[in-house]
Amino acid sequence: MLLARVIGNVVATQKNQRYEGARVMICRQITPEGEDMEYTCLALDSVSAGEGDIVIVAQEGWSASTAATGRPGAAIDSAIVGVVDYIDLLAAENGIK
Amino acid sequence: MQIARVIGTVVSTIKNHTLDGRKFLIVQTLDAELNPKGKPTIALDAVGAGVGELVFWCRGKEASFPFKRDETPTDCTIVGIIDSDAHVYRK
Repeated sequence: MLLARVIGNVVATQKNQRYEGARVMICRQITPEGEDMEYTCLALDSVSAGEGDIVIVAQEGWSASTAATGRPGAAIDSAIVGVVDYIDLLAAENGIK
Repeated sequence: MQIARVIGTVVSTIKNHTLDGRKFLIVQTLDAELNPKGKPTIALDAVGAGVGELVFWCRGKEASFPFKRDETPTDCTIVGIIDSDAHVYRK
């Protein structure tokens, strides 16, 4: 799983039927300190995350499909499975907001 | 999943029989700002996408799920068409 910030979403009218009703969010991976990394990906939302939220993204099919649609077997490889409240880091003096 | 632009098609006559009637498209993966990222790749089409369209693809084992999941050999499948460039909302 990776730590990411939701930076937006995409709208697709024509999509695989298992995506019906799902929100496709654009996520940018961040470091535990909250700094942006280069990697971005799309992930289905399963926890009503919003733009700007720091989230946990699962990048494994069975987990992503089950979290986002309630059952496995959908063509989904990433899903947001949690919204991060805060991170405690031993090394860092300041966590992320 | 990643955003990508369909930049071409691939025609293959002799292929695994489970791919009969399927469409191969060449996609260029894009980042969140819609700039090209990495090298173009070949994706199987599951939604009727065409050249020039903005799409998103799914990788890995899950890529075969829109088809006969135990038979279709694909590791990259287009699973959605983004309505337009303006339908990618970001900060």
